[in-house]
Amino acid sequence: MKKNYLGFLSVPLFMLICLSCFLPQAFADKKNDTLNIAFSKELETLDRYFNTAREGIVISRHAYDNLLYRDPVTYEYKGLLAKSFKWNSDTEMEIVLRQGVKFHNGQELTADDVAYTLNFAANPDNKVKTQRYSDWIDHVEKTGTYSVKIMLKKPFPAAFEFLSGANPIYPKAYYSKVGVNGFGVAPIGTGPYKITEVIPGKKVVMEKNDNYFKDSPKGQPTIGKIVWRTLPEINTQMAELMTGSLDWIYLVPPDQAEKLAKMSNLTVTPAETMRIGYLQFDATNRSGKEHGMDNPYAKLGVRQAINHAINRDSIAKNLIGGQSRSVYSACFPSQFGCEQDVAQYEYNPVKAKKLLADAGYPNGFETTLYGYRNRSFAEAMIGDLAAVGIKAKLMIMKYSALREKARAGKAQMQFLTWGSYSINDVSAITSHFFEFEADDLAMDPMVKDWLVEADSSIDTPKRKELYSKALKRIADQAYWAPMFTYVSNNCYSKDLNFTPYPDAVPRFFQATWK
Amino acid sequence: MLIYTLKRLGLAFVVLIAVSLISFMLLRVSGDPAISLAGEGASNEEIEFVRANYGFDRPLIIQYFEWAGRAIRGDFGNSPYLNQPVALMLKERMGVTMILGISALSFAMLLSIPLGMLAAIRPNTWIDRVALSISVMGQAMPSFWFGLILIIFFGVKLRWLPISGSDTWQHFVMPTIALGYYATPAIMRLVRSGMMEVLASDHIRTARAKGLRWPKILFKHTLRNAIIPVVAVAAVQLGFMLGGSIVIESIFALNGLGNLAWVSISRSDLPVVQAIVLFLSTIYIFLTFMGDLLNAFLDPRIRSN
Repeated sequence: MKKNYLGFLSVPLFMLICLSCFLPQAFADKKNDTLNIAFSKELETLDRYFNTAREGIVISRHAYDNLLYRDPVTYEYKGLLAKSFKWNSDTEMEIVLRQGVKFHNGQELTADDVAYTLNFAANPDNKVKTQRYSDWIDHVEKTGTYSVKIMLKKPFPAAFEFLSGANPIYPKAYYSKVGVNGFGVAPIGTGPYKITEVIPGKKVVMEKNDNYFKDSPKGQPTIGKIVWRTLPEINTQMAELMTGSLDWIYLVPPDQAEKLAKMSNLTVTPAETMRIGYLQFDATNRSGKEHGMDNPYAKLGVRQAINHAINRDSIAKNLIGGQSRSVYSACFPSQFGCEQDVAQYEYNPVKAKKLLADAGYPNGFETTLYGYRNRSFAEAMIGDLAAVGIKAKLMIMKYSALREKARAGKAQMQFLTWGSYSINDVSAITSHFFEFEADDLAMDPMVKDWLVEADSSIDTPKRKELYSKALKRIADQAYWAPMFTYVSNNCYSKDLNFTPYPDAVPRFFQATWK
Repeated sequence: MLIYTLKRLGLAFVVLIAVSLISFMLLRVSGDPAISLAGEGASNEEIEFVRANYGFDRPLIIQYFEWAGRAIRGDFGNSPYLNQPVALMLKERMGVTMILGISALSFAMLLSIPLGMLAAIRPNTWIDRVALSISVMGQAMPSFWFGLILIIFFGVKLRWLPISGSDTWQHFVMPTIALGYYATPAIMRLVRSGMMEVLASDHIRTARAKGLRWPKILFKHTLRNAIIPVVAVAAVQLGFMLGGSIVIESIFALNGLGNLAWVSISRSDLPVVQAIVLFLSTIYIFLTFMGDLLNAFLDPRIRSN
């Protein structure tokens, strides 16, 4: 009888022994010159004009080139596909292209490709998803084999930023032949890496472009192959990194990154990103006027009290970690025009209580804090608000549902974040939220006029002055409670030389093996 | 039997329609799909364009009937996010989910049947307790947690098994265990009680009195009789596993229907989510229907009731 029992148990034991003998071990791929990386999100298409995800920006920077390049350290604009560029007038830009630049299929880049791509992106009929990157372009004219003129609809000072951060150049002949869908799975660019394999939902393989033009400000790629995998779970990504099956991951939560940093084969580099967190209030009292809700946020004193009540420094230091810091202006500090000399509401619960009492709420009030991510940060804020008498209930919703509620004027206080699409200009954040568009809950005509004027001026000092006025007014009126900057924890193999930048766009074309 | 079959079939159709209707409505009220598809920071005009373009501006009931009409013909429309036919996406991912479901069920049977037999042969002894504990642990542990534990132990520490992906059979080992272990207790208990009932019956006593060898009594005369109801339960468990693979596929980055459902929910890709819900619930309802028929075939009392 006992033999039979052992017989049953021996089956799984035998299976385990077999597995241990035959299964392959995982290895880091420095010796195969292959960089294995993972991202959480599957891209809907590799055509940059038809995706809006950060992963799309990363692919774009590797497979394609833009006309201009923004140095990630100095923020200086340099010619990339453009040999030279200059303003002829407020609404006309002249671009001379480099000669001898080749697409991955061997075709040479000419003015036809530039004019075709930018005209395609600027034409609303083509329904590109990234219209806001190109809707400032009226049309592009070819003026020679290697020169074009970009005609603007109106003066647009952030044009260099958008030409460097968005609007990659595609090969006209190939794109018009394969169409949007064909290009989305088999793209061709001039970038430092060429895409050689795409398995939707699983991986994208990129190989070094040996013919990449030598004087590119991006530098020359050194790693031979990049295998980009889609792994939705961060825990799985971490496990793969620990075993050496992956060489690089990012956006690792701070507590997990701390553990990874203790491993001898890994490096963890926290890097500040352009994303900021902020509270937005219903200062225009839409909830009161349109829905009959009691709205304390219509009162300046309440908004200022909340600014004083929340301990930004503590959240930045203890919950986000790394280089995260408090922000007081409604923008990311490095962005052009992001005035820092604004009213700063230091953490002061006593002052907050007094402001609440002055506003008619000596015992505080009950409210709802809406959010769509980072529950722990929101919970910390709720704790701080409770300390001054504001009993806030947390409501975490899907982004689309929250936006629907906010745009209907039903969300009085929201915890939101904004990454500015990595555009280093205040127009990518402040102008978006304070120019009477759908997400403007302040509707301040003074702020709007200053921003609109700044957005369309190419006089740099004047722009700066106008943005400064707007941001000071936003802070004085406490339309927002700007909170903190976000940090991306880059975790990677010790074998890898990798430098992260604040725009949170990893540049593997600059990475090298040690 | 015919009347019983027709009744169950009618009930299955009603359940299927109810599932499709409820899932359709719930998905629509969980947030405006136009806002989600238009992307972060889209203007009202862009959102309106998406809403009109994809027909989200029409009454819900009309949207439902249009979708259901096409779904009956096997046309689930296009994914607005990936711009691909949904039917093709389902076809591409179905294989991984089926392999995972069937292998997980096989693992559950391989583990629970021997454990159930052991427990039945020596009821109320330490062997019974150990067998019960092993199987109940499977149900007590959340599958995502168990999956991560497997990853840490077999993937990170021992490095015996690949952690994610679906390229080779090795990639399915851990997901199979994580998913299959959860179904073990139900099958194990059924085997145990069935075996105990059969072992106490007259024909087994006769077989033992005749001096038949114990393995022959156990496998030929006892297990064969006890395992019949297990088949019906296993069919239902397979349906459960196909639907329940969402978490497991996500953890192990298996490119199957569960993973597709998960990412489609997060990006409000409604046609894909609806098609997956309908597909998985159809399989579940079909397997339950087959299980009911099998039970009725084996037990005349069910038919007469």
